[in-house]
Amino acid sequence: MKVLTLNFLTCAVKACKTTSASFPLVPKECELVSDTIAPNPTLLTNLLPRVDWPALGSIAVALGFPSLSPLPPTPADLENDTKMMADLHTLLLETQISEGSLVCANCGHEYKVKEGIANFLLPNHLV
Amino acid sequence: MLPTPSTSHVSFDRVYEPAEDSYLLLDTLSSESEKEFLQDRFTHSKPPTSTPPKNSPSPLIIEVGSGSGVVLSFIHAHALTIFGRSDILTAGIDVNPHACQATIQTIRCAEKEQEVSKTSHGFYLGNVAADLTGALRCGEVDVLIFNPPYVPTPNLPSLVGDPKLSAFDADSHLLELSYAGGEDGMEVTNRLIESLPGILSRDRGCAYVLLCAQNKPEVAKEGIRKWGSRWMAETVGSSGKNAGWEKLQIVRIWRESPPISTT
Ligand SMILES: C[S@@+](CC[C@H](N)C(=O)[O-])C[C@H]1O[C@@H](n2cnc3c(N)ncnc32)[C@H](O)[C@@H]1O
Ligand SMILES: [Zn+2]
Repeated sequence: MKVLTLNFLTCAVKACKTTSASFPLVPKECELVSDTIAPNPTLLTNLLPRVDWPALGSIAVALGFPSLSPLPPTPADLENDTKMMADLHTLLLETQISEGSLVCANCGHEYKVKEGIANFLLPNHLV
Repeated sequence: MLPTPSTSHVSFDRVYEPAEDSYLLLDTLSSESEKEFLQDRFTHSKPPTSTPPKNSPSPLIIEVGSGSGVVLSFIHAHALTIFGRSDILTAGIDVNPHACQATIQTIRCAEKEQEVSKTSHGFYLGNVAADLTGALRCGEVDVLIFNPPYVPTPNLPSLVGDPKLSAFDADSHLLELSYAGGEDGMEVTNRLIESLPGILSRDRGCAYVLLCAQNKPEVAKEGIRKWGSRWMAETVGSSGKNAGWEKLQIVRIWRESPPISTT
């Protein structure tokens, strides 16, 4: 699964849904793989408005990437800063989590990722 | 007719094999009227152009119960034709981990085909194993697609198979999950429909859900319209018409945009 997927996931435990701590899930001991993807500035520009920037910053650090700027780049920033464009391209479009777990900061539940597929099926006592 | 992605690599012993219901979804989503609806909602310029309007965020398309991946990979590969833009984000969810693997592979094959013919495709995020929309963040999904387990059955299978099952019984359990819908065949679909107001994006969210005649589709649509005056539910595709009964139909569920303020 691409790192960007984490922007759209939360803990599956009902009681966690209403707490802000259940997003983002924190990657733990993750193995990463990298796809090679042709530069796609249109995609990058149009997906950035829907990225929760502070959450992405904490995910990047947890995965061992350099920390992000405090504020998200504007489309103009992105166009003028080829390094930032390349870094975001790598983090958001090329990097996949293949193994590891995603942890809810509210309830502590760990969702395993195996062969790139995160498993959100809960044991019966948590449903 | 847009080409249907290949699923010949999928083991149909434990993953739902594409059938009439899957193809009805493909036909409906690529019909002239749905292309118009989707392009109107997600692209304001007239299609097909590869440059989406500035500042219109990439739409997120989620298929729940992606199975072999035939529907998701079709939309993914034909994003430009269907949405008028190829910068869409796609992802699949299935309770069956083998189905998740199958979808990943089907998407990969479809992307290769597109690349060979030098045509575009969307951006695939991945598949997660989950119960319906339970792992999704609120208000993010722009288009949700669901071909549910819709056959009326006396019981519903449990979501997770007993680890003590033999390989054969484990596969049968997974196939049962793909069709068994409980009372009126609606127990799973009703849970999904109830989650829509929470998970669809406020301004652009819409859903396509397949229903069969035994599901009492008119009752389901009436129920959605009662959510509030902006909520709509209409049949936008059907197959197997016989004496006025559609055997299968696709219901589009969406919120009309509020009137544009002129001040
Ligand atoms: C009728 S099949 C459709 C498969 C594929 N989308 C197609 O059209 O060919 C239904 C799919 O929903 C999945 N499913 C059943 N219950 C589910 C649940 N509670 N959450 C997620 N997926 C579910 C099944 O595993 C199966 O892959
Ligand atoms: Zn939690």
